Amino acid sequence: MGPYLLRRLVIAIPSLLGISVVLFAVLALAPGDPFGELATNPAIPPEVRMALRVKFGLDDPVPLRYLHWLSAMLHGDWGFSFASRINVDTLILQRLPATLFVIGSAQLLALVVALPVGVYAATRPYSVFDQIANTLAFVGFSLPTFFTGLLLILVFSIQLDWLPFVYRADIDATGWHWYWEQFRQSIMPITVLGLFQGASLTRYVRSAVLDVIRLDYVTTARAKGLGERTVVIKHVVRNAMIPVVTLVALQLPAVFGGAIVTEQIFRIPGIGALLISAILSNDTPVVMAVTFVFACLVVLFNLLADVMYGWLDPRISFG
Amino acid sequence: MAGSIPASASAEIAGAPQRPARPFSPWLDAWRRFRRHRLAVASLFILAAMIGAILLAPLIWRVAINDIDFSAHLEGPSWAHPFGTDDLGQDVLARMLYGGRISLAVGLAAMMVAMVVGTIVGAVAGMSRGWVGPALMWLTDLFLSLPQLPLLLLVIYLFRDTLKAMFGVEGGVFILVVVVIGGLRWMPVARLVRAQFLSLREKEFVEAARALGASKLRQVVRHILPNALGPVIVAGTIDVAAAIIAESTLSFLGLGFPPDVPTWGRILYDAKDYLDIAPHWALFPGAAIFLTVLSINFIGDGLRDALDPRKVM
Amino acid sequence: MQANGTTAPLLDIRGLKTHFATDDGIVRAVDGVDLAIARGETVGVVGESGCGKTVTAMSVLKLIAMPPGRIVEGQILWQGRDLVPLPTDAMDDVRAKEIAMVFQEPMTSLNPVYTVGEQIAEVARRHEGLSRRAALEKAVHMLRLVQVSNPERRAHDYPHQFSGGMRQRVMIAMALSCDPKLLIADEPTTALDVTIQAQILELLQEMKSRFGMAIMLITHAMGVVAETAQRVVVMYAGRVIEEAPVERLFANPRHPYTQGLIRSIPHIDKAATKKERLEAIPGIVPSLIDPPPGCRFAPRCRYAMSVCREAIPPLREVEAGHKVACVL
Repeated sequence: MGPYLLRRLVIAIPSLLGISVVLFAVLALAPGDPFGELATNPAIPPEVRMALRVKFGLDDPVPLRYLHWLSAMLHGDWGFSFASRINVDTLILQRLPATLFVIGSAQLLALVVALPVGVYAATRPYSVFDQIANTLAFVGFSLPTFFTGLLLILVFSIQLDWLPFVYRADIDATGWHWYWEQFRQSIMPITVLGLFQGASLTRYVRSAVLDVIRLDYVTTARAKGLGERTVVIKHVVRNAMIPVVTLVALQLPAVFGGAIVTEQIFRIPGIGALLISAILSNDTPVVMAVTFVFACLVVLFNLLADVMYGWLDPRISFG
Repeated sequence: MAGSIPASASAEIAGAPQRPARPFSPWLDAWRRFRRHRLAVASLFILAAMIGAILLAPLIWRVAINDIDFSAHLEGPSWAHPFGTDDLGQDVLARMLYGGRISLAVGLAAMMVAMVVGTIVGAVAGMSRGWVGPALMWLTDLFLSLPQLPLLLLVIYLFRDTLKAMFGVEGGVFILVVVVIGGLRWMPVARLVRAQFLSLREKEFVEAARALGASKLRQVVRHILPNALGPVIVAGTIDVAAAIIAESTLSFLGLGFPPDVPTWGRILYDAKDYLDIAPHWALFPGAAIFLTVLSINFIGDGLRDALDPRKVM
Repeated sequence: MQANGTTAPLLDIRGLKTHFATDDGIVRAVDGVDLAIARGETVGVVGESGCGKTVTAMSVLKLIAMPPGRIVEGQILWQGRDLVPLPTDAMDDVRAKEIAMVFQEPMTSLNPVYTVGEQIAEVARRHEGLSRRAALEKAVHMLRLVQVSNPERRAHDYPHQFSGGMRQRVMIAMALSCDPKLLIADEPTTALDVTIQAQILELLQEMKSRFGMAIMLITHAMGVVAETAQRVVVMYAGRVIEEAPVERLFANPRHPYTQGLIRSIPHIDKAATKKERLEAIPGIVPSLIDPPPGCRFAPRCRYAMSVCREAIPPLREVEAGHKVACVL
């Protein structure tokens, strides 16, 4: 397991570098001078402007600028937010927990729904249950998160007035009351994101289970007289999880997309909402940093998926 | 050979009549398999009806999309305005019919971009035997792990002003959205095409073509691509739906089309702050996006049954 | 069975029909098979791919996927009790405990995520209620019996760490760990190298002398049958067409198809492929969806007469223990 993990870790570094190159290339190809907001401001005297241009290295060749930018990012020097008037890394660290909480809970909800439904449907292919589950899964991932979010707000906040539709980071309550309020305000965003992911995850699980269930070793397990339940759980689901982990990891970038929308709808103070507001206020350092953080999160979760993969499949970890 | 699954009788058993021998045609066969997917067939009709409405209805529903009428603002559905009006008293139906054309056009155009890029990358990666293939696949995997929406937002943030200046507001945003959505969705197609190539290029009929001295390009165009077509068509269909969602998402975030280009996502964006007093304004475009995407996804599923019967997912 | 015919046979398949529903119609994979196996006897079931021998075996353990498969007709009498109407959980008590099976593909028949020790131990835990530790000890014991060297350590290895021949030994260890009365071996050597094939057949013989179980050996290789079986059942297109003690069958094959098969034996010592062997008998196996009326071999048979194309000739006894389904 050790060498395998090390190998994955080593592979993760080039992809992180690759992503940073893509991001920086986009920035460098962009017309105009996105970092130059300050430097082109006519209110600033020319000498200061020149000094700033030198400080940002705007006149250097692109590869050099990339190296400067990368080393600054690696040193934790992520720049200064023009709009919020604080350091970008501080700003992101403030916002990250809310995002991770929502994404994590939604992923958990998705798994709790998708695993039993997908497995049950796959063991009874073409049954009424399977067809209903399949149809609902299609509905689930055809419903854009922004529309489900609005629908839930319309029903549960406006019509029924059960749940708040604005997520607040600073609930003025303590103890149980705080948890209750936190729970109430999290229900809708987590449901929106969780059901969206759960829908496609259900299809992944069903399809993976269907692929495994006809393999020879499942017949072997049946020939042992193990009983349908044991066969399915021990010999089918356990093996079907291997491709599912990969598919979940592949789906992650889309999850972050959904998180941005959800944060925007429910005004969750996470990094997704931060990205949107930074774009609307032309706050380039924040836009770049948040995009990079999202990319790092994807790589990080892919690494986690690799760990899971190696743990689930002895052929990998002992290979 | 799966084991004894105590399942209820499948559709195949119940409805498998002994068919008489019939002339074999791959397209007829595919259509026969597609027809069995009832939801896909129903979706085909719904989508056709929606496209028909979008294309033809403006000829009948002659209400201008920017007819401002403050005396009739935020009205619910009525005979004068079947889908109600917005905050400026503009007719939501007329705006949706207009915006639908753009939403669908974006979806189709972005799909084309994704297909072309994906097919080229996949084909090159699948045919080359040196380092090019692995390098392209590394690039594909890299793009797959890019967080798409943030990157989409970043690119739009950086480029929109220039393109607006070059192609006008509507054209600039259209090109940007199509290229970026398409440019971030080619990876699954590339993987599919490459996988097809790798398995097909060793097949006998390609060997035969090679032995007969067919050039590489000819091998690809005449012998491999047609065989890789099925899964690619399926992926392309689903890409249309994904592109429509992506465009709506951008517009919904206020970063896609400007307010005078009422795509469905844009209407939703404008409507979301009036959810309490004018829910119809958000519900109609939202339902339109949902129905379109659902229909396309079901059609994609039916096409998968029809063209790529080996795959389950 | 007439040879030692005192009691009822261990396994008595009567008029078995297993059909599959497909898009193109009903495939009559097994269409009226009669087959009996006595206690401790080795019966070879031969025939080319798709003749229904595997489906017959899978039907005995009811491992056919249902749907699309279905046992339409017939009885599978196991020690006098019909298995066909048995519910799944009762069937689970028969599987591995009384009738065990070894499959054709050792490379894919073991679950890649569990150690072979765990997979063998699973059988004893299920049927003998052993603890995890005791079952693992038993697994090590079984591995030793099938001559896997260093069994204590190997029990903790995963299937991908074993070669094909070794995996088949593991499968045999697994099958025999609850001392079944019948072992169904479905082409146990087909996927293996020629040298390994001989070793596995030898191991099966050895296990038989130790455990005394009956063996139903399914194969398409006549040579394998000649070496191991006492009695041979020849199948063609879902039906039994000839059945005889092994020496009789080789000395005096009655059915034209069997004659063709036996003429093709010299190819086998070069590990003949199916294709080569098929060339010896002209024509191809008929479609099992709409099989021709009458004898299913008639279209390929050089002696075929008009009567052959009208009705299926019944299996009739031509000598003691020698039955053939041919009008000749």
